[in-house]
Amino acid sequence: MHNNTIAELAAGLRVGEYTSEELTRAYLERIKQLDGEFNSYITVTEEQALAQAREADARIAAGESGPLLGVPIAHKDIFCTDGVRTSCASKMLDPFIAPYDATVVRKFKDAGVVMLGKTNMDEFAMGSSNETSFYGPVKNPWDKTAVPGGSSGGSAACVAARLAPGATGTDTGGSIRQPAALCGITGLKPTYGRVSRYGMIAFASSLDQAGPMARTAEDCALMLGVMAGFDERDSTSLEKAVPDYTAELNNDLTGLKIGLPEEYFGEGLDPEVAKSIEAAIEEYKKLGAEVVRLASPTPTWRYPPTTWSPPPSAPLTSRGWTGCASATAVKSPGISKTSTSAHVARASVAR
Amino acid sequence: MALEKSDVENIAHLARLAIGEEDIPAYAENLSNILSLVEQMSSVDTSGVTPMAHPLDMAQRLREDVVSEPNQREHLQAHAPAVENGLFLVPKVIE
Repeated sequence: MHNNTIAELAAGLRVGEYTSEELTRAYLERIKQLDGEFNSYITVTEEQALAQAREADARIAAGESGPLLGVPIAHKDIFCTDGVRTSCASKMLDPFIAPYDATVVRKFKDAGVVMLGKTNMDEFAMGSSNETSFYGPVKNPWDKTAVPGGSSGGSAACVAARLAPGATGTDTGGSIRQPAALCGITGLKPTYGRVSRYGMIAFASSLDQAGPMARTAEDCALMLGVMAGFDERDSTSLEKAVPDYTAELNNDLTGLKIGLPEEYFGEGLDPEVAKSIEAAIEEYKKLGAEVVRLASPTPTWRYPPTTWSPPPSAPLTSRGWTGCASATAVKSPGISKTSTSAHVARASVAR
Repeated sequence: MALEKSDVENIAHLARLAIGEEDIPAYAENLSNILSLVEQMSSVDTSGVTPMAHPLDMAQRLREDVVSEPNQREHLQAHAPAVENGLFLVPKVIE
């Protein structure tokens, strides 16, 4: 059953083909057997997962039916999880047990979704290869000599390796979309404000957005339906009703215009990647979309805002870690102990 | 704008980072590239372009100034490495 999509698993649970506990045990067993090769999980929450699964089974037995009730998924280790280590793949947060759930985590809990564990990532989400994690690099399940992409590399790899049918990710400058592409799964960065950032460790607050990672667009639609929605705890949360994302899955794309910036199709593009993209473009055309190739008026536009926006934001969002006792200290020559201490103290006060 | 060796040394000192002498030229080049990218962006004529802070029309939300969180001191302190009389204990950093 590990080859089934979320939609298929949810249907199987509804008709009683298997229980959530059986399904959860099957995934936990696969993780135990296979994740040593891929390192896609930082923490596996076996006990909590089985407890949540039994609770979901009780809800199903009581006649409840939710679109994802009893389905197990994994959460990127950037989301705070009540009572469970939330490391952000950093040595600095290795001992951190979050005292509350991120809104995304709470919403999945309320929907009866089981958490299998917390997935590996680039440290503090700053990276695109998943090689910067304190817990070691993640391997691409399709080719262990290749990177899975990042920063949501563990989420992408665990879905590709069928160690979870879906996982949450976060995207500042491609951290869902790029690993999803590199691992051959589907990932979506929703519009900023659509998904609450409460309890999600910040990288660049004006760009960070959580999204679903799964095998199919349908599964992403199902997950986003649970994740999305207004949250008063996030001051940039969007106050708009959440549509049924599954409703338009089979519509054609007539009236949709897709722009292709020519700069991205030039020198340096791997021919195999180019072939895949061209095939996808043909698919969109068949579905009725209009494709327009365009050139940027200035070379500056070749650099997306994500090239220059996160670097100044990151020191602001990360300054709280300054002076962490478990931080890897770098001794700078010529700086006395006193001045370093004073610097640490200032950083704490500024916060 | 190109950064000199001394600029890099000063930035490294301010950031409390140890940089090997042999790495300084590479850092100077990388940092200079970032500055030239910013210069490139500044050179774009944006007169007549309405600034966009958000793709959707949103106003900053305000809320009533009321207590909205219950007291969770014990729960929040349960995971701290050291607490005393309801206070977090941290290592001494000022001699």
